[in-house]
Amino acid sequence: MTENILEARNLVKRYPSVTAVDGLSFGVRDGICFGLLGPNGAGKTTTIEIMEGILAPTSGEVRYRGELLGRRFREEAGILFQKTALQDFLTVRQSLAMFRGLYERGLEVDEVIRLCALEKLETRDNKKLSGGQQQRLLLAVALVNDPCVLFLDEPTTGLDPQARRNFWELMQSIKARRKTIILTTHYMEEAELLCDEIAIVDRGKIIAQGTPRELLKQHFADTLLELPKQEFPAAARKLPLQMFEAGDRVEITTNDLDSTLRTLMDARVPLSNLRIRPPNLEDLFLELTGKDLRA
Amino acid sequence: MSRRLLSVLHARNLEFIRDRATMIFTLLLPVALVVGLSFVFGGPERPLFKVGVLTQNLKAESYPFLHERYTDFVQETDEAKAVRNVSRHQIDLLIDLKGGPRYWVNPSSPKGYIIEKLLLQSDPSAKRQPVTGDAVRYVDWLFPGILGMNMMFSCLFGVGYVVLRYRKSGFLKRLNATPLTAFEFLTAQVLSRLALIMIVTTILFAGVSMIIHFHSAGSLLLVFLVALLGALSMIAFGLIIAARVSSEELVGGILNMLTWPMMLLSGIWFSLEGSPQWVQWVSQLFPLTHVLIAERAVMIDGAGVAQIAPQLAYLAITTVLFIGLGAWSFRWRME
Repeated sequence: MTENILEARNLVKRYPSVTAVDGLSFGVRDGICFGLLGPNGAGKTTTIEIMEGILAPTSGEVRYRGELLGRRFREEAGILFQKTALQDFLTVRQSLAMFRGLYERGLEVDEVIRLCALEKLETRDNKKLSGGQQQRLLLAVALVNDPCVLFLDEPTTGLDPQARRNFWELMQSIKARRKTIILTTHYMEEAELLCDEIAIVDRGKIIAQGTPRELLKQHFADTLLELPKQEFPAAARKLPLQMFEAGDRVEITTNDLDSTLRTLMDARVPLSNLRIRPPNLEDLFLELTGKDLRA
Repeated sequence: MSRRLLSVLHARNLEFIRDRATMIFTLLLPVALVVGLSFVFGGPERPLFKVGVLTQNLKAESYPFLHERYTDFVQETDEAKAVRNVSRHQIDLLIDLKGGPRYWVNPSSPKGYIIEKLLLQSDPSAKRQPVTGDAVRYVDWLFPGILGMNMMFSCLFGVGYVVLRYRKSGFLKRLNATPLTAFEFLTAQVLSRLALIMIVTTILFAGVSMIIHFHSAGSLLLVFLVALLGALSMIAFGLIIAARVSSEELVGGILNMLTWPMMLLSGIWFSLEGSPQWVQWVSQLFPLTHVLIAERAVMIDGAGVAQIAPQLAYLAITTVLFIGLGAWSFRWRME
């Protein structure tokens, strides 16, 4: 087993009116992509900012390679915040050169530009970038010191689907360089695509942790059936099936699709709008918290 | 329309009132202004002229001219020093009552011109004495003050808003995630502003010198050094303000609080000689006062490094102190 590059121990962050993080502990193994998942307000950003050394916890500690966060961590960490403005009137290349100058070691500016596909934008003013381009530049800034550990706080929130997909491709090429990545997101698709391990956070606590596959296996049968709620007869609710309501849908999970379908047909449940798919992290979240992720 | 207007007005007022720090400073500013202005314009008979009287006991003199209104009579005992004060616009006129009344006036002083007429009306027998040494024109005395004032505004206003903007946009928070220290960041801000201010001040100095035919009595290099140290100290002072605040209005309030007293009490416009003791003490706190004392000493009296060493030391020490304080209290992010 690879040792943990980062460890959070009993993190607590209290504000006068709310406890944002309530005793979180977890370790992140070297070289994996670790996802912190949760709805808005779950404490993801507070947790990741404590891990980044930006925010002081009320109690608890974070260790990087066994040491408390210090100068070495700052040299070796790359960070992409949820919201960051760069200096006005600087070009993409000039911004990257400025940040490169703050670190002892790192990549050549040209290499980072290539890595993040910014070649065509390098002489453009920071202010004149689109949302997706800006996010690529901020990722480039986070990579400029060739970090051992990379923090990404909701990197694709607010991007259009095309830009999001581009960003994911970029992140997969970074993953291939064996960087440790800590990612917060409320896009389950993103987590399933990128994360080797996830922790689901709700109200400042971890409510489930493991690889996406493990977690889904623990909580669900192999197949998930979805039916519109209004077409689902009340009498059928009493059928001996694993079912739960999710918004305007009724979801049923099973390991035996044939017999489940037979049961439904016998109960005269209309099946013309039936959807059959494997369960995903979104379902898991709903099951665990009773909340829609994007609520 | 009026409902929409009232709705926006109400929201804006709430915003202002809830920003406590800004409100306090906005309310303190008029108080500070009243105190400052009460010194400058207050009092029952604010003197228009300042006249030195060479005598051992001013109160015992019965010379009729000494009853002129709106004139501040200051006792002088050292004739050479008093005459020098006339030539340097520290006093408008000097009168010696020992023997036949004699007086000294700087021919380039507008106030001296008028008070001389008043004296001669009261005592036509008073004898005018030549001002020994180089009589300094008022504009020459004022010139360092104007340069210093311009520097002060540029120093204080130039850094506060920039750092605040960085803080608000999250740029500072991003820098905090790098190995950069607050001291390094602040020093870079100081140096960047310093370069700009020195270029502007040098151009201004050269240009105005040509227009008013000003010639510095002392070394121009020393003039530059004083300006450099003064600008450093005042930029660093501005950084203390920028270190923590999170609203534009608060920065504006604090800067006004600081620049008004400095404008009035640093000796830009008139000499503080003969002012109440508390005014002189307060003025000694301001870096600008020391800049002006040193610049005038070099430019007008040709002083060397040794004579202005206390001022140079004060400016250097305050620079280090202010940057240290700024770095210590620095806040990278909005709270």
